[in-house]
Amino acid sequence: MTIANQIAGMLALVAAAGAAFGQVAVRGDTVYTMAGDPLQDAVVVIQDGKISRVGAASDVDIPDGFRILRAKIVTPGLIDARCTIGTSGYLNQPHDQDQAESSEPMQPELRAIDAYNPRETLVSWARGYGVTTLHTGHAPRGLISGQTAIVKTHGETVDEAVVKPLAMIAATFGEGARESESKAPGTRAKMAALLRAEFIKAQEYATKREGTDEDKKPDRDLRLEALGRVLAGEVPLLVTAQRAQDILTVLRIHEEFDIPVVLDGAAEAYELLDRIRDSQVPVIVHPTMMRSRGETENLSFETASLLYEAGILTAIQGGYESYVPKSRLVLFEAGVAAAHGLGFENALRSITIDAARILGIDDRVGSIEIGKDGDLALYDEDPFEYTSHCIGVVIDGEVVSEEIR
Amino acid sequence: MLRIPIPAILLASALGAQEVPQAFLGARVLPITGPPIENGTVVIHEGKIVAVGAASEIEIPGDAERHPSEGKVVMPGFVDTHSHAGNVEGGDRSAAMHPDVRALDSINVRDARIQKAQAGGITTSNIMSGSGHLLSGQTLYIKHRDAKAIDEFFLYRDDGSLAFGVKMANGTNSRRDPPFPGTRAKSAAIVREQFLKAIEYREQVAGADGDPSELPPRDLGLETLADVLEGKRVVHFHTHRHDDIVTILRLAQEFDFKVVLQHVSDGWLVADRIATSPHVLGASLILIDSPGGKIEAKDNRFETAAVLDQAGVVTGFHTDDSITDSRLFNRMAALAVRAGMSRERALYGLTMAGAIMLEMEDRVGSLEPGKDADLVVFSGDPLSVYSQVLETWVDGVKVFDRSDPKDRLYAEGGFGASSEQSDTIHGIARGEYQ
Repeated sequence: MTIANQIAGMLALVAAAGAAFGQVAVRGDTVYTMAGDPLQDAVVVIQDGKISRVGAASDVDIPDGFRILRAKIVTPGLIDARCTIGTSGYLNQPHDQDQAESSEPMQPELRAIDAYNPRETLVSWARGYGVTTLHTGHAPRGLISGQTAIVKTHGETVDEAVVKPLAMIAATFGEGARESESKAPGTRAKMAALLRAEFIKAQEYATKREGTDEDKKPDRDLRLEALGRVLAGEVPLLVTAQRAQDILTVLRIHEEFDIPVVLDGAAEAYELLDRIRDSQVPVIVHPTMMRSRGETENLSFETASLLYEAGILTAIQGGYESYVPKSRLVLFEAGVAAAHGLGFENALRSITIDAARILGIDDRVGSIEIGKDGDLALYDEDPFEYTSHCIGVVIDGEVVSEEIR
Repeated sequence: MLRIPIPAILLASALGAQEVPQAFLGARVLPITGPPIENGTVVIHEGKIVAVGAASEIEIPGDAERHPSEGKVVMPGFVDTHSHAGNVEGGDRSAAMHPDVRALDSINVRDARIQKAQAGGITTSNIMSGSGHLLSGQTLYIKHRDAKAIDEFFLYRDDGSLAFGVKMANGTNSRRDPPFPGTRAKSAAIVREQFLKAIEYREQVAGADGDPSELPPRDLGLETLADVLEGKRVVHFHTHRHDDIVTILRLAQEFDFKVVLQHVSDGWLVADRIATSPHVLGASLILIDSPGGKIEAKDNRFETAAVLDQAGVVTGFHTDDSITDSRLFNRMAALAVRAGMSRERALYGLTMAGAIMLEMEDRVGSLEPGKDADLVVFSGDPLSVYSQVLETWVDGVKVFDRSDPKDRLYAEGGFGASSEQSDTIHGIARGEYQ
């Protein structure tokens, strides 16, 4: 294909003989470090998988033996702050759908690492567009569907891919949590009642387990232990809530149990900007192009923009889909948000450094700074333009994709 | 032929809005069937395009309302060959084929998705029922006029007949328990059986030569299939897998019907076969952000557009609304460009290609004098994510204006944006009953 050849020419690869693993330098016409103003004609050096030098091309000496890549635009590797890639597969057949288990409404003990398939086609698909980190795992289905994990989009086993094996515990208020027939919870009020009861149970369990009298210690309970991590403030509760009334329920639970909470979806967040800001709860907003129907009927292309304007820590997500397309690309979702009020820089923040801050991994990824993981995405033009291409992806200093995508 | 007259009062009010010539001045004009015109002029009057050209060549009628359009792009309204807007329904579960069922009897014209399509620059759509049947019903070709009743959407052919097609499907969606087929071979067998019946029916009608005593009992379904056999109706065939595509070509060859291939995920694998079939009016693609979601779409890829176009297939796009959002229809063409289609062919795909597939190419799809005054005004390059649809015009009437807060709500979303127009509370909030 002609276009591929043209772009391949722009991606000059100097494969020096004997280049060591994780020794790469990337030179970009514009490098968006997300830690200060963009750098013009700059070089990022990655040594032993970590960023070791960032600066003007004229100032940086690239050590001998390093592989050199070039691109017009260089960004940090992108982060999808909330998806189910790898737990839900692209074929959408029973054998590749592990994002939700419906036998019980609350299953916080279900671990994402026991379900994540690093060889899933959607993982490499997302990677090809510059996505290097996923916050993935259990879907917004069921009151508490299970745990999430943070992974890099490379590695052949989950152990090689994982950044955080337990990132958050995924809960849902609203339609996604409603059970059918006589099964609980069948209403919104019941959802809140069940969740509160379970947290109180977990509080009591923790107190008893801490007691010194061995005879009075309850047997280990994986479910209550998982919720205990949330109560202890170690793991946030990731709550999907689209309607304003459900968002308020989330804020009430947040206050009652004094637990870390991350809002997910939040289609009507624009109705409650002051309340959300005052609660200091961050928002991983729904995919910009999510379908507007049912409880998301009032979603807006401008919500991400309004959240930023209100000073709320915000990320954009690829999200979860039950049909076609099975997975959205967070790059495309951020692009449409950029064009609907958010602007280029905040849109890029929402899928790099701000996503990393919400996920608690900004010490490792999300910006191009010395000491951080060598994760980079290379583009031939503005990454948010429909017609641009991702031309290279680097994870931990390894060139993992050179396809023109 | 079916003929449903437009009420006279409607015609009068529509013409009222079109009496004054409208002149768009200084825009970059994309006629689609000709090269782009910098500093171009487009004049419309009484629902039709009357002049398109460079500013220096076009005389503006003295009474024309002038629309300064410097920095903007004016192009033909988009044609969506496959939409489910209006919550359209087709046949029920009582049979696998429903050629007697009409989309027009089920479309809710107050569905907000109709307005959202206007906000996306779509001016003509083929509204179809789903793909869960071998034949789910008759489709309806509509203009996205501001309508309060279904007949205000109608499009008529030169012979006065209502414009519509027939929706068929093969592959997995239409496979289920009896009376539906359980396999692909059974699917084809049922279709062949019905078409053979239609041939017999047509022969009986012809043989009667107008004698009522000789005519077979009237059968609405066989009548429609007979129209398909005579080339009066185009079949819009939902299909994904390469072998299913070839099955359609085989059926079209056997029964000599005209077909538009819808979705065609594997089209890139059999592009030459599609290109050489005399029965195919075109291929209409849906480019989804990642492959899969269902097994048949596992090889869906952006490159298909360029491959089919280069093979010589008339290649266009559809929203499959609500699978993709009608407000971002231009994005589909841009993704095709991302994967190698030329900009010119991609813009053709949004407009003329769809018009050809609906056999409406004499009426819509390009900016040419005499064609319907269906226009989109973009803030910039229609293939850029940063460009917005500013205005949409249908038959010379402005149906979307981004500067109007009511229209902007449909374009951006927000509280009430998806509530249907008949939802009075939201309608009043939007100012629709003032």
